Amino acid sequence: MKTPARDVPLKVEGLKVYFRVRRAFGKARAIKAVDDVSFELRSGETLGIAGESGSGKSSVARSLVQLTRPTGGTISLAGAPVTNLTGQRLKRFRRRMQMVYQDPYDSLDPRMSVHDAIGEALSVRGLPKAEHKSEVVQLLERVKLPATVAERYPNQLSGGQRQRVSIARALAVNPEIIICDEAVAALDVSIRAQVLNLLKDIQHDTGVGYLFISHDLSTLRFMADHVAIMYVGRIVEHGTSEEVFSNPQHPYTRALIAAVPSVTSRGHRRLKLSGEPPDPGNPPAGCPFHTRCPEAIDQCRTERPELVTFDGAQTVACHVVQLGRARVAASGETA
Amino acid sequence: MINLPENELNLAFTASEPTVLSQPNFWRRAGRSLLHDPVALCSFAFIALLAVVAIFAPLIAPYDPLRQFSNGLSYVGAPVSPNGHFLLGTDASGRDVLSRLIFGARVSLLVGVVATGLASLIGVVIGTVAGYVGGVTESILMRFTDMVLSFPILLFCVALIAVTGPSTRNVVLVIAFAYWTYLARVVRGQVLSIKEREFVNAARTLGVGHVKIIRKHIIPHLIPTIIVYATLGVATSILIEASLSFLGIGVPLPQASWGEMIYEGQQYFQSAPWLLVAPGVALILTVLAFNLAGDWLTDILDPAVQEMGS
Repeated sequence: MKTPARDVPLKVEGLKVYFRVRRAFGKARAIKAVDDVSFELRSGETLGIAGESGSGKSSVARSLVQLTRPTGGTISLAGAPVTNLTGQRLKRFRRRMQMVYQDPYDSLDPRMSVHDAIGEALSVRGLPKAEHKSEVVQLLERVKLPATVAERYPNQLSGGQRQRVSIARALAVNPEIIICDEAVAALDVSIRAQVLNLLKDIQHDTGVGYLFISHDLSTLRFMADHVAIMYVGRIVEHGTSEEVFSNPQHPYTRALIAAVPSVTSRGHRRLKLSGEPPDPGNPPAGCPFHTRCPEAIDQCRTERPELVTFDGAQTVACHVVQLGRARVAASGETA
Repeated sequence: MINLPENELNLAFTASEPTVLSQPNFWRRAGRSLLHDPVALCSFAFIALLAVVAIFAPLIAPYDPLRQFSNGLSYVGAPVSPNGHFLLGTDASGRDVLSRLIFGARVSLLVGVVATGLASLIGVVIGTVAGYVGGVTESILMRFTDMVLSFPILLFCVALIAVTGPSTRNVVLVIAFAYWTYLARVVRGQVLSIKEREFVNAARTLGVGHVKIIRKHIIPHLIPTIIVYATLGVATSILIEASLSFLGIGVPLPQASWGEMIYEGQQYFQSAPWLLVAPGVALILTVLAFNLAGDWLTDILDPAVQEMGS
């Protein structure tokens, strides 16, 4: 379906987003919302990022579109670093990477008509005002909304329609990448499917790359070519959608997938998750997941596992998985 | 691929969705609310009447407010009580009280509206810049605001007038300079919350410039607050002007102003109470009307009520 060896428009290496939190009568401390995250996104492809709330998914998105400045690491778009842009260069960069926000009720200005909201984006692109009207109608058509929507205000639209308007606004500046931060989480299931199909159609037509952030694994399985699972600011498992969903390795991934309600439960190596993810301001030593991991060994409590290639494109950060592979390899040698 | 009927459009367009903020509905709602609120209706009617009186003062007033009538004083030289000739009597100089009251409305409204307009402008600019830019700029601007705010407002005006000298223009400037702080603080708070909203982030990631974001996405959301504070500000400004005139440092003599009329009237209040009652009642009604109108506007323009369901 997809041709391999495409150009790599978005490359993120060692991304760090720390927040300094100052308490009264206390020392300032850093909350590591995102810690050493790396990934690539090719145009025409979708990378899904999954994780519980507080795992740093949204911080990744916000630092990519430069709503928050990353503390460290590099972000490069089509080979050019974009991490510390300012002024006009930042403005020009922003057009290339757009975001569709989670809350359809807050991401459109309630005092601006749909025409004005999309027109604002067209102005950024430098389109003269006279051509706005026809372009807005075209963009609305592309997101399958009737032209009459242009005169409406956001509160006259349903959640799904608003999200379509948000998508149209993002498309208005011809971006190379669109970040969907829980873009369908607030929608009804039936409308969600329509919006997801719409996004797929747009990708097929324009070759835009999606960074799709969601806590909902079934959405990601439908949308994503590659999936990264995040836990407390780090990627714990990364691979193609096929690899991660059919052969999950990290205990956290397995637990997440097992938690997805399914008619045909495969139930192999089923895991149940209890407790809350740890406070990112005070993460536990070693593997951050060891406090909830049923398979944790002593090494997990002291030593932080690194992302290691498991098979093909799949990388996993887990001591137990590595140990298992080492054992398999050893037994293979002796046999 | 998941295939579902495209029913979303039909659903949303046929069903009557709650549309609280849409422009026509808002005005209809406002009108209906006003009709069911006699107090607010009377307030607005009174303000309208006052505006008409102030604008057309030379046409409405029976006499020249500065003219001293020979029949305006009794044979012992005392003010004449209200009669068919002088509806509200005359003052100690034999001038018609009603005419002075009507011309005084001009001063009060002019000072109230212009001073408040100026104060709103300063307050909105400083509050918006402080809230939007943040950091050191915000600290400097807001500490300055706090400093001005820490003076008792009337004492502050008296001190400023003492330096600048009394004139109508100075009274307006001084009141504006004392009152903008209230709006600046409120506006800053609002901007702080508005700028964190997702649609502002969306505009930023589109690459919309800061000035345009402020103009298109932030100021429109401040308008209800500005209207409410401006209405209340007019009442406050009129009171301050009257107080300054009462203290003899407001609008210069012999121009009629309500505060000055009260000041002159107090010397004769036992023999000629109408000299106090006429400007006093006018002042009370005006301030009351602006305050009640402001209260009503607060309710009708309350963003929490307005954006409910959106």
